[in-house]
Amino acid sequence: MRVMAQVAMVMTLDKCIGCHTCSVTCKQTWTNRAGTEYVWFNNVETRPGQGYPRRYEDQDRWRGGWELNRRGRLKLKTGGRLNRLASIFASPVQPELADYYEPWTYDYASLVNAPAGDDFPVARPKSLITGKDTKVSWSANWDDDLGNSVGTDALDPVLEKIRRESEDKIKLEYERTFMFYLPRICEHCLNPSCMASCPSGAIYKREEDGIVLVDQDRCRGWRQCITGCPYKKIYFNHKSGKAEKCTFCYPRIEVGLPTVCAETCVGRMRFIGIFLYDVDKVTAAASTPDPKDLYEAQLDLMLDPNDPAVVAAAQRDGIPQDWIDAARRSPVYALAKTFKVALPLHPEYRTMPMVWYVPPLSPIVDLLTEQGHDGEAPENLFGAIDALRIPIEYLAELFTAGDTGKIEDVLHKLAAMRSYMRDVTLGRPTDESIAEAVGMTGGEIQAMYRLMAIAKYDERYVIPNAHLEDAHNLEEIGCSLDVEGGPGMGGQTGVFGEGSGRPQPVAVENFAALRDRQTADDPTGNSQLSGRVNLLNWDGNGTPTGLFPAKKDD
Amino acid sequence: MPSALDIALWGVLPYLCIVVLILGTIWRYRYDQFGWTTRSSQLYESRLLRIGSPLFHFGILAVAGGHVIGLIIPESWTTAVGVSDHAYHIVALATGGAAGLATLCGIALLIWRRRRTGPVFMATSNNDKVMYVVLVGAIAAGLAVTLFSVFDHSISNYRETVSPWFRSLWVLHPDIQAMAAASLPFKIHAVWGLVLFAIWPFTRLVHAFTAPIHYLFRPYIVYRSRDAHGGTPGAGAPRRGWEPIGTRDAARRGTAAKTTEKRSRV
Repeated sequence: MRVMAQVAMVMTLDKCIGCHTCSVTCKQTWTNRAGTEYVWFNNVETRPGQGYPRRYEDQDRWRGGWELNRRGRLKLKTGGRLNRLASIFASPVQPELADYYEPWTYDYASLVNAPAGDDFPVARPKSLITGKDTKVSWSANWDDDLGNSVGTDALDPVLEKIRRESEDKIKLEYERTFMFYLPRICEHCLNPSCMASCPSGAIYKREEDGIVLVDQDRCRGWRQCITGCPYKKIYFNHKSGKAEKCTFCYPRIEVGLPTVCAETCVGRMRFIGIFLYDVDKVTAAASTPDPKDLYEAQLDLMLDPNDPAVVAAAQRDGIPQDWIDAARRSPVYALAKTFKVALPLHPEYRTMPMVWYVPPLSPIVDLLTEQGHDGEAPENLFGAIDALRIPIEYLAELFTAGDTGKIEDVLHKLAAMRSYMRDVTLGRPTDESIAEAVGMTGGEIQAMYRLMAIAKYDERYVIPNAHLEDAHNLEEIGCSLDVEGGPGMGGQTGVFGEGSGRPQPVAVENFAALRDRQTADDPTGNSQLSGRVNLLNWDGNGTPTGLFPAKKDD
Repeated sequence: MPSALDIALWGVLPYLCIVVLILGTIWRYRYDQFGWTTRSSQLYESRLLRIGSPLFHFGILAVAGGHVIGLIIPESWTTAVGVSDHAYHIVALATGGAAGLATLCGIALLIWRRRRTGPVFMATSNNDKVMYVVLVGAIAAGLAVTLFSVFDHSISNYRETVSPWFRSLWVLHPDIQAMAAASLPFKIHAVWGLVLFAIWPFTRLVHAFTAPIHYLFRPYIVYRSRDAHGGTPGAGAPRRGWEPIGTRDAARRGTAAKTTEKRSRV
């Protein structure tokens, strides 16, 4: 056993309202540069829908991810190493800009520059690629909220597959249609096929936290990773000629802050924590013969941080004690392994993705109530899950390689949580049989409820800091922490007084301020500055109240 | 006694070009890792690229192989193993001609695509344009030499002129007489080729020097510690290709003035 730590995310899809705040803040942070106009490290897809880029899940066409060869060993879907090198001059299955969309802006200047006339001036769409007039015909979210889906619903690869298998059981009739949102970032896989496809070896997984990054200096633009990634979450910067991808906001994670997408999520639907996993068993787990067993195999890789043997192995392998502690409090471990309600996206790609999803329970309670049932009674809820508006088959294709039983288990747990907690809320005696019916205890259900419904900030995000004794190795912090009381220790002052020393990296400077803002009851400053005397207005006589800050114990 | 021009062209120019190639490559590798890329345009256009690019690249690899054989292996060796001069030339002309033709067709298609596809043309720098002129010139001159030698047997055998000169370069004792005796097409091709190697480190052609052969031998999954990184990018100056965005630090001068200027224009 060799233990490594992995930063991972869980998204609870019931709480996603499809507002795209995560996408927008992510884009503002990372990809509002020339060459990355079309790049969305985080995007939110309406399902059923084609996704972004269009039909990326159709691996018969794009050939992303892994498959097993005849001897049952893992092989890239695009072929072996020689195959990869032979097709290096023109990647045969790389998406083109048309599969994403042609990014555009508007000619806003014409609104103010146009000469006076009878016609109202128009801001024409201009392509950001050619700079010429363009006709906007597709974007990253063209089929948002099923917009246009009458024409394009047949193009959803997942829907296409279950329709084929169920002989048209699922129809998208307007009144009885279903949809939900699927936010996607890079999966930071344990067995990433992008990395395996990279001829230069520029893509790497960080030993400390498992974040997958592209070394911009070693990337040579062979663009095989774009084909290799089945989630199409590696993008080609067409100006720099290098691959770029979601960074899991590593400068924030290193100082214990959640990613931008998680931080700004309106629905509080994202959880970040760490897993301890056995790196020696990853390849074997990814080679599990039956795709339907891949989810279980992936779950088995995740080690129990409360197991003394695991802790001993983790300590032997150099995992710091506070990381082991964080693994014990990890919300992602709780949701994925303890409660078993979080599932990986498309485990059949065999990449062992590390962004997990709690599948959505349709608006089922309202539906039952409308039909005159007691919507939250357990027997009604459980019975209705088979007839959910979001078909279980569809969710199974996304999260369990088609195994509907596992989806049912998760949805039963979510339904049981509602029923059980209704009794708690109404002050009635709790019904333990509800919990037992889904293989849980009342205590576990309450813990799950607290984590998923109350979702306090410091329970949603349990992110241990990167280690200060490693500070000279950190990408952002650098050597500014070398000096006691120097920059990075909270102040701006170096050893030679205010403003001396090196300029401070932004992440460090923001860290203290952000932490104060996020953990304080009041906005930062209120508690510290209100009622204080501005020394510029003080005439030097007496000690008016507020001249000195209040003592801590007051 | 060779003329001054011969000495300059065949005794001085090769060494100048080699020095520029080696020092230029070292310089570029040390200072421009970020710019060291294929600058692929497949994202913009794929249909023509999928024909033209393999045609060109496999062609030029075969051409390079042919040059190595032709220039490095002495004539005496091949005759010693019983390959007649005539047979050697027929094989060389057939394979070399085919590879050269594939290369030329490939690059012609690529250049046509580059000119006709809007986004690809817009992504073409002046550096690229100069490089294309030199590259296509070298290929065309080489193919012309091959053609001439088919129809005009009076053209001297390059294995008695160019090849000895080429080999003599590496022992720092250039055989200028041998090269001076070569016919004009060979001379043009040789000079053009030397110029191509001289500009090589300063163009996108550098990607050839990092051909990913090690991919065949490395493990699929790469783990790297933060240690291995070196440097502190966050604390350093912004690097080439990464323009700072958003509000700049107050320490950088001139920003405030620019912002107000922009605002007043809007």
